[in-house]
Amino acid sequence: MSTTTLTPGRAAEQALPPEYTLDHLDHLESEAIHIFREVAGEFERPVVLFSGGKDSVVMVHLALKAFAPAPLPFALLHVDTGHNFPEVLEYRDAAVERLGVRLVVARVQDYIDDGRLRERRDGTRNPLQTVPLLDAIETDRFDAVFGGGRRDEEKARAKERVFSLRDAFGAWDPRRQRPELWDLYNGRHAPGEHVRVFPLSNWTELDVWRYIERERIELPEIYYAHEREVFNRDGMWLTAGGWGGPRPGEQTLSRLVRYRTVGDMSCTGAVDSDAFDVGAVIREVGASRLTERGATRADDRLSEAAMEDRKRQGYF
Amino acid sequence: MTTTTERAPTPAPAPEDPRHRHDLLRLATAGSVDDGKSTLVGRLLYDTKSVLADQLDAVERVSRDRGLVATDLALLTDGLRAEREQGITIDVAYRYFSTATRSYVLADTPGHVEYTRNMVTGASTAELALILVDARHGVVEQTRRHLAVTGLLGVRHVALAVNKMDLVDWDETAFKTIVVEFEELSARFGIEDVVAVPVSALHGDNIVSRSERATWYAGPTLLEHLEAVPVGTSPAAQPLRLPVQYVVRPRTAAHPDYRGYAGRLTSGVVRPGDEVVVLPSGRRTTVAGIDRADATGGVHELDVAFAPQSVVLRLTDDIDIARGDLIAAADAPGLLTREITGTVAVLSDRTLRPRDRLLLRVGTRTVRTMVADVVDQLDIKTMQHLPAPEGLGLNAIGRLRLRLAEEVAVDDYRVLRRTGAFLLIDESDGSTLAAGMAEAPDRSAGEGI
Repeated sequence: MSTTTLTPGRAAEQALPPEYTLDHLDHLESEAIHIFREVAGEFERPVVLFSGGKDSVVMVHLALKAFAPAPLPFALLHVDTGHNFPEVLEYRDAAVERLGVRLVVARVQDYIDDGRLRERRDGTRNPLQTVPLLDAIETDRFDAVFGGGRRDEEKARAKERVFSLRDAFGAWDPRRQRPELWDLYNGRHAPGEHVRVFPLSNWTELDVWRYIERERIELPEIYYAHEREVFNRDGMWLTAGGWGGPRPGEQTLSRLVRYRTVGDMSCTGAVDSDAFDVGAVIREVGASRLTERGATRADDRLSEAAMEDRKRQGYF
Repeated sequence: MTTTTERAPTPAPAPEDPRHRHDLLRLATAGSVDDGKSTLVGRLLYDTKSVLADQLDAVERVSRDRGLVATDLALLTDGLRAEREQGITIDVAYRYFSTATRSYVLADTPGHVEYTRNMVTGASTAELALILVDARHGVVEQTRRHLAVTGLLGVRHVALAVNKMDLVDWDETAFKTIVVEFEELSARFGIEDVVAVPVSALHGDNIVSRSERATWYAGPTLLEHLEAVPVGTSPAAQPLRLPVQYVVRPRTAAHPDYRGYAGRLTSGVVRPGDEVVVLPSGRRTTVAGIDRADATGGVHELDVAFAPQSVVLRLTDDIDIARGDLIAAADAPGLLTREITGTVAVLSDRTLRPRDRLLLRVGTRTVRTMVADVVDQLDIKTMQHLPAPEGLGLNAIGRLRLRLAEEVAVDDYRVLRRTGAFLLIDESDGSTLAAGMAEAPDRSAGEGI
């Protein structure tokens, strides 16, 4: 071959000296911390979406590291579907207590109670989160909203920017997105607009788990294998509960399961698992043949463009 | 740095040994329409087992719906409905895959329509450009453009995938002819490291698995090459730069007087005791300490920090420092200037003309600027610098002379990428108009793309 093929000698000569190499998690962490600090420097009223789910827990962990030894300079915002796993709510409240931060809760239930939103026939409340979210952003005049979305999750997310400009309706207009170059994030926005910021953009599900292991981050227990009363719907294990399941004919049984994602109980499925600790979860995720959303999120199965549609309407 | 105690399921060497750390390679793809880029990226994801069963099911279903006999891997990277409806292409989609030794962030840039804009965006963070050429068509005008952008953006490594080799019967001469022409061009754009691989993305030859058909080819498969390419530049070889992002002032009972400057080192190495200069003020001081948060929420002091780590610096003197300032090595502080000449790639519909008043963003600093002069425009076909009396329009590459309202610290992009890069921003709607790469003043008068 006539090309300048890399010989081992040349590669070794060009390689970084060992004392200056970073592991890929160090790269991702440094990038995320840089993003948090950019937002703190450029925006007036940032807020972190915090559900108690693993991605939001990792976000808060990174935000703390970005500003230490100062306390977290942001409030937290939880959009509560009302279909919560009790373990996750407990975790959320304990975390807020420990961090001493302000938690804003936007409740879907309030909107259903006063008629501004109507319960869907399938009982799923994830799509109903958009309106309470946008109202909370407007009421508290949040100008930057951190979300835990990752580009590896879904194809609409694969094209998301780190700084995602949203109009007064929270809508994501692919045409208006700014090219994002180097690490020069452009957060300029008009009054009434806001920017969604995704510090975990370049992380994969496995990266998140490896980081949880490395940093010894505590998670709600439902991420690990446990016995649970579940029933099967559309090939997913759903937890029986006040939200409306099981329907007549759906058999409840006790199984050893864990959750890969945490969301609205009515559309978040558990997977069969005997992964009792983080090491076992990493092995399981690494060997899984299903994406976390494909395996556990009924709302993403609604249509091929389900996530894209929700994003354009102002979803996370 | 704490390290992972276990790295299952992929058997990786002990992470304690830094020579065997699982590292990160950012790459950008570029290809013309119908070069088979989507198929190649799909193949790379599929053959590294980065595509999971439900994604594959969806692709198989759509392939069947469209009446295809074989599964079309290009559908793995298919566009969004909004793009089809609006006839637009969102500039870059990001893909992720990993092997036992490396994680990859792949910026997948569509080759058509707004090609320059797309590729400039993808290449800005890439260390390697993966450029596709169709074996039947060889080097075409688009290829020149891809190489020009690659060279301009300072991407050091290029992998040339000569695709559709099956359609030229794996003809060695055809491959070599393309490679010779490609290498000549690469050299003109200042790209030194080029590795060419003959592939068939459709059949998976030489992407991850070795081709049985190219018996004459002894080089690496595409993935083998990606695994071997050295990543990063040694921080020790470059001067310290740390754009200040945020001033950390806890004012808590535990830290009543703490004052630290948070930022990510864009280049270089820093140790306590090092003399630094703060720009634009020019004040000199010494690094008192380098702090980094640990996993428990506490802070520990580092003996050394290096690019691209995010840290907090404490300084010995109580001087006025804010976001937008640059902390630099005292013995190599770079250029402090009220005028920048640089090459820009225009990313928006707004044509850039003399006397345009804009914002310029470099590092963490944003200043007002005025276009003093549109120096020239680069003609990709002929590689000539031509006058640009009409200004620079969308997708144009050319040079601007910019007057700044205040002094700004800036580096030569070819030497220090992160502190030589700048954005031009529309003050009225905040949109990003152009990506720029500053030149050293002694270079401004001369050649260069």
